Parts: sequence; structure tokens; C-alpha cells
Amino acid sequence: MPAPLLQVRNLRVEFPTRRGTLLALDDISFDIAPGEVLGVVGESGAGKSLTGAAIIGLLEPPGRIAGGEILLSGQRIDNLPYEQMRAIRGRRIGAIFQDPLTSLNPLYTIGRQLTETILTHLPVSADEARQRAVRLLQETGIPAAEERLEQYPHQFSGGMRQRVVIALALAAEPELIVADEPTTALDVSIQAQIISLLKRLCREHGAAVMLVTHDMGVIAETCDRVAVMYAGRICEIGPVQEVIHHPAHPYTTGLMGSIPAMDDTRERLLQIDGAMPRLNAIPSGCAFNPRCPQVFERCRHERPELSDAHRTRAACWLHAPGAAT
Amino acid sequence: MTALVQVEGLAKTFDVSAPWLNRVLERKPRQFVHAVDGVSFSIPKGKTLALVGESGCGKSTVARLLVGLYEPTRGTVSFDGQDTGVLKSSATQLRALRRRMQMIFQDPYASLNPRWKVLDIVGEPLREHGLFSDDAGLRAKVGELLHSVGLAAGDMEKFPHQFSGGQRQRISIARALATQPEFLVCDEPTSALDVSVQAQVLNIMKDLQREQGLTYLFISHNLAVVRHVSDQVGVMYLGRLVELADKAELFARPRHPYTRMLLAAIPDIHMSGSSRTPVQGEVPNPLNPPAGCAFHPRCPHADARCSAERPAMIDIQGVRVACHAVQEGRL
Repeated sequence: MPAPLLQVRNLRVEFPTRRGTLLALDDISFDIAPGEVLGVVGESGAGKSLTGAAIIGLLEPPGRIAGGEILLSGQRIDNLPYEQMRAIRGRRIGAIFQDPLTSLNPLYTIGRQLTETILTHLPVSADEARQRAVRLLQETGIPAAEERLEQYPHQFSGGMRQRVVIALALAAEPELIVADEPTTALDVSIQAQIISLLKRLCREHGAAVMLVTHDMGVIAETCDRVAVMYAGRICEIGPVQEVIHHPAHPYTTGLMGSIPAMDDTRERLLQIDGAMPRLNAIPSGCAFNPRCPQVFERCRHERPELSDAHRTRAACWLHAPGAAT
Repeated sequence: MTALVQVEGLAKTFDVSAPWLNRVLERKPRQFVHAVDGVSFSIPKGKTLALVGESGCGKSTVARLLVGLYEPTRGTVSFDGQDTGVLKSSATQLRALRRRMQMIFQDPYASLNPRWKVLDIVGEPLREHGLFSDDAGLRAKVGELLHSVGLAAGDMEKFPHQFSGGQRQRISIARALATQPEFLVCDEPTSALDVSVQAQVLNIMKDLQREQGLTYLFISHNLAVVRHVSDQVGVMYLGRLVELADKAELFARPRHPYTRMLLAAIPDIHMSGSSRTPVQGEVPNPLNPPAGCAFHPRCPHADARCSAERPAMIDIQGVRVACHAVQEGRL
């Protein structure tokens, strides 16, 4: 196995509030290998977007990294001064966000935004930057790229805008792209176009991807590995096929069973009762224990850590070494 | 089989012209959006018809036309054999009709009054229709309704902000069920919810249909959800129905190229690794829809006739489809 491109070690993110400190991410650890696509799934509030934001150094205050470390090619990036992080962001880590309209500046032409990014990060002349911008737009499948450079974001449709955002993220040839719900705001037919484009371009440019989404279908067809998050922790991580077809954690089982699939004939969907706990009321022991159909005494008091379970790694006492099952 | 709801040639046009002064000064013409343009279907009692399509195809407009939130520009909606357009002249008859059809909206955060207790929210239709005059009877009924959607009777003293998204959507289902309607129009009832909560809401809706014989019009853009809940599926594109078929038939043998494209475009957890063939192009601007078949600029089977002549709905082995290529046997 090659040396990991990104290592996240025991990451902890807190939000200090007047009524005490909320622990939004707790003990998150995972690796991404060069060129690998890692999916991060979970329901709203599980902390998936926050994990992405912590990696690119864009946590919204008062949120702060309270513990753990993030390493890019072995170099710590979570404690870098603002200016140094700015040089890494865009150059070595690209970002794609959910809403393409808010990630583009409405007052500048697409061409200006692209060339500005290229000139900031790469030692090229203005002419070369422009040629590069045209090439990027062509690669993302935007017709008449030369003319489109002179246009403003409002002159593009939603799908076209997301293509521009992908071009921007790839502009400086980053090693890692953090894509936070890149297709959620788009219609299904456009979603398919954007996902296959993202997949192809990242492969061609050799960029690794951390794909944050709540859509298991997108994960299934895009990712190599997937991490499932619940209440600020990773509850299961493993190769995408294994997690979908042989989930070890009861939450993953419930999540997979609750998705209506195209080829299923079930009369009722599998249902997990209740809802994810709020950050100020995370149960002791395993956070999933009040909703878990297989809960037993130990789950209520002791918190399980990620450990090997059948074909994946899961944080569940059912699969803990030496546990009675 | 008798149809509970019958829709014939329903159309709705919105005037989106610039203000009068701008039109005069800038010599702009009046502009209209044909949000719904000649849609016909019927829903048998106790069944579910799902309408699918991408944003802007007019599916929510159809929902609002059916419950009377919009006046149709053309066409008729009949409910239980009565033309609702005719009923509109009589206020009492209209009230009686409103009692029998209710709507569930997409966003459970926007459709509940934040300053009302659940008792008032769920009880309002009961009071409005004069079904309960005494307070004790009303409370008992609201408690019963909350119980039927999996909430506790004690929840009626709470405010909407004390509930999660899935629970709020159950409150709006309870409100819709209050007057014991026969027909429920559900406009994307689960798209604002997480998958595990979506499963809870879909299960409740199916249970209620079985127990009370409800008829649903279910609007969604999620084909997997539609496949789970519906009996019949109508596919809409730019204000028109392009295909209407039984669920099993539509998913096994989609006829219209747009339906095929939609089916091919859904990411599915069991088809992982397989690369889909994404369709080119995007939905055109509804202000200026293409001539002929609205789908022809994106259609791989389009020919000269498709760009000139608008295809009519034809019946092929029980499937209604509007496509020249299918009609001519080219597809």
C-alpha cells in the first residue's frame, strides 16, 4: 500500500457555546491514498461536511480543532498559520461545494476567476493562464469555451456552473479534492453528468477525492471506500461493496435497508425508529444505542472504538475483539 | 374500476411579463409560461399515481391545480364524478369538497405555523369544517390522529420547533388526515428528509392507505421512492405528460426516450461499479420551449418530424406515451 496522501488522526472539533462546549467531531481517524476516492455518508448533522471543512481549514468560527492532527503527505496542516494554509488550499487541496452559485463570484467573469486561481498558484504568464483556463473549460465539457470565458456566472445554468466549479477546483492540479455534496442541488439527469465528469477528470489528473454526500447511490458508483458517520463519529469504514452488501454496524444495516432501491420488491422499508441525537444530548456509551435493535448492556456504558469486523472496520461491541455475540 | 379523480386536458399558464411601463419603454412583448399544458390522467380509488420529472416540469403545479390552490387556465378536474370547476360557484359544495381532499407539502419547516401548538395545527381543519364543537371531543380526536401517525397524544401541547423534521412531516400528515379525506395530494413529502426518516414516513403513508383506503397523488423526483409507493407512474417533461403506465410496466419496459434516460440516470446502490451513460444537455428554458416534441434537442432518436410536430398521447398495449419514434416503431 502506498504512503497515504491524507491522514486524519483522532480529529476532534468543538463548538464552544454559552451553554457549554458541543463536541461536533469526536475521534475521527481515516486515510486517503493517492488517487483514491473516499466517500463519507451520513444523515444531516452527522458531521460529514464538518470533517471536510476541517481538512481544508475552513471551519466556521467558533468551531475549532480541539485535538488530533491532519497530515497531507506526512506534513501537518491543521496547525498552519493562515497564509500558509491559504497557499495549500487551492494548490494542493481543491474544494467543490454544494451550491455552485455561491462558490462563484457573481461580479467577475468566469475567465477572470479561473485565471486568477491559476496565476495565484502556478508560475505561469497571463497568456498561459488563459490558455489553461480554456483547456479546463473544454475538459469539463463546456461548449464554446473561448466565448464562455467572458461570461458571468448568472449566464450559466446550474449544471454548467457546477462544471465551472470543478474546473476551478482542478485549476492548480491539486492532489486532493474535497467535494461536499457536489450534486445535491442538481436534477437527476444533470447529476449523472457531473458525477461521471468528476470521476473521469480526477482519474485523469490523478487527484484523490473525499466525496461527502448523503446519497448512497452516488457513493456506490463512485467510491473505492466509504466511511459511515453517525453523531460526530465514524461508525463503519471499509471497501464500498463490503459496506453496502455486508455491513457490520447495525446503523449501516438500517441505513442501507431504508433506501428504496430500483430492483427491490419489499412492501415495507426497513425502518430505524427515532432520530439522530442532538449534539448536546449524545447518549453515553455507543451513540446509536437508544435506536439499536441489537443493543445490550455494554453498549449503554462503554464507547466502542473502530475495530476489525468481518470485512470492514466498525465501532460496535458486537464485533469487538473477544466480545460475546 | 371507477376513477376517484379524473383530469382532462388540464392546463395552467402564468403571466410572467415585465411590468407595463417596462413593456412600453423597452418594447418587450408579454410573456407566458405554460407550466402545465394539456395533462390528462385518472386515479382509481385506493390507488397511488406518482408524477415524476425534473425541476420545472410542472408537477407541483398539477398538485396545486388539483386541490384548488390554482385556477386552471383550461381543462377540468373531476372528483368522484363531479366537475370541481362547476362546484366552485357554490361555497357550501366547495367546502364539502375541500374536506374530502387534502395536501401534504414538501417542507415540514415551512408548512406548520411556528406559533401554534400541535393541537391547534391538527385541530384547525376539524374546527374549520365544524366537525367538533366541544373541546374534549376535539382533543380526543387530535390525540387519536397523532397516534395514527406514530406520535404520542401528549405531543399536542408542544410547538413545531420541538420536533425533528420527520416528526413534523408526521404532524402535517395528521393534519391532512383530520377531516377523513379520501384523496391526498403529496407534493414531495419526503425530499426534505434524511433516508432513515424517509423510510419511516413512507411506511406510515403505505399503512394508512391500506387501513383507510386512501387515494394518493404522489409527486416526487426520486424514481426509487416512486417505485416503492406507486401503482401508476406519469412522467412529465416541460409541462406535459410524456408517458403514463403501470409501475411494473414503466420500470420494466420504459417506452419514451426521456423515461429511459431518467431510469438510466439514477444512481443505485446495487448497480455500483457500472458506469451509467449520462444524457447530454439540460432542461430547456420553459419560457421558450423547443418546437415540436419538447424533448427533441436532447433525444438520441429525434428526426425532422420530432422537431416540427408535437406528438400526441397514444395508447400502446395499455401504456400511454407521446413519442413519434415509438409510434412509428423506430424505437
